[in-house]
Amino acid sequence: MVLLFSSIAVGSAIMMITRRSPVISALYLIVNFFSVSAIYLMLRAEFIAIIQILVYAGAIMVLFLFVIMLLSLKDESKLVENLTYKKLGAIIIALLFLSTVGITTFFAFTDKFRTLSPLAEEMGTTEFIGKELYTTYSFPFELVTFILLAAIVGAIVLAQKKFE
Amino acid sequence: MWIELLITTVKIFIVVHVVLIGVAYTVYAERRVSAFIQNRYGPNRVGYEGLLQPFADVVKLAFKEDIVPENANKPVHRLAPMISIFVALTTMAVIPFGHTIELFGRVIPLQITDVNVGILYILALTSLGVYGITLSGWSSNSKYSLFGGIRSSAQMISYELSMGLSIIGVVLITGSLSLQDIVIHQYGWKWNIILQPLGFIIFLVASFAETNRAPFDIPEAEPELVGGYHTEYSSMKFALFFLAEYANMIIASAVITTLYLGGWQFPYLQEFGLPPLAVSLIQVATFGLKVAFLVFFFIWVRWSIPRFRYDQLMNLGWKVMLPLSILNIIVTAVIIKILK
Repeated sequence: MVLLFSSIAVGSAIMMITRRSPVISALYLIVNFFSVSAIYLMLRAEFIAIIQILVYAGAIMVLFLFVIMLLSLKDESKLVENLTYKKLGAIIIALLFLSTVGITTFFAFTDKFRTLSPLAEEMGTTEFIGKELYTTYSFPFELVTFILLAAIVGAIVLAQKKFE
Repeated sequence: MWIELLITTVKIFIVVHVVLIGVAYTVYAERRVSAFIQNRYGPNRVGYEGLLQPFADVVKLAFKEDIVPENANKPVHRLAPMISIFVALTTMAVIPFGHTIELFGRVIPLQITDVNVGILYILALTSLGVYGITLSGWSSNSKYSLFGGIRSSAQMISYELSMGLSIIGVVLITGSLSLQDIVIHQYGWKWNIILQPLGFIIFLVASFAETNRAPFDIPEAEPELVGGYHTEYSSMKFALFFLAEYANMIIASAVITTLYLGGWQFPYLQEFGLPPLAVSLIQVATFGLKVAFLVFFFIWVRWSIPRFRYDQLMNLGWKVMLPLSILNIIVTAVIIKILK
């Protein structure tokens, strides 16, 4: 089952970056989010699985689609650039990526990664995540909220400047 | 193992069919109630007082020609109504329509599945409902459909936030995200509508917006948008959108009942000393009656209140509902802290 959903995830990711129409790309990204969420479910992380759908598929991608439709972007066929220098970088990144994939699949067949750790059973629940977030990790959590607040204020300032 | 699977399958079968027949008669009820409000008869020819009208409608829709626009994106055009109906029907899976029932010496919970993140599951699925509408608007390749789709996504994004935030009050009181726990917690007079009046009103208004019902039906405002997002749909694909819209209405009523109106709880029923089977049946009937009343309320509002303008809708969503729902969380949290 994990293999099925991870292959759907990889397949939809590839489809997403190769499609020409931005709306179709967005649709494949949503399929990708769903398969990742299914993998979370299999690892007994129900909270993260639902949040993945709620936040990414339900909110962020709706906004993306909204913006794409509002701007009514046409196919990207006209946007072909000269890619000589970028190709070199792409090859290096592809090699790095392939070696990461190789190492992970190699270690996946050892016993250490085959069994679910006993902590995983309780770690996926909402209560556990909430407790950890507000006790052990309260400082980083507050830091993130401040960064988000700053981003919101910044967005409002930029939007106001544009309309004045 | 196999018997559990069989029981679940039977439950799914019953729930889906009850919702679908409920949809048929909600449409009928809408036509009769609107006729009553506008002082005319409404459909009363097919069967006794028009009771067979829904079936006549289905037959008519099924025999119509299925027209797909020439320049439409055909796969997406076909996918959109499927998404709508899928989202509408799967939400029902976590809603408890009773506590437990004893049949053939076996205790069966009256809920398809009790997920421990029940509320989040409902929020996640309802937030996906917007895809059906947005994609149908985009794929039809027609400007009216596109406007309908864009309006609906803007509306859903604005109201989802206050909807989610108003639920937090209920979760704070119950201390659990499971819907069965929430209903059990509302025994006696302790319905959440009494403990959470502000949260109830916010959730109710947001539900109207999420189901695209009047006064929030600008995605399909006829005078300006022809038919809105489903302008270019015909035959059974149009019927699926219609079905999804009314199924969403029933499910929104079921969620409101579960969260705020005590779900299947009949106040102090346990103290009458009735046999367990009768208790279970009365509870299921109570749930059905509450849902039916809310569906009637949806219809009543639609034929009484005029439609909002687009900017009024956005102002209400972001400047009134959102601050109120945050206020509701703060007040609830402070009161719980004081009482403990």
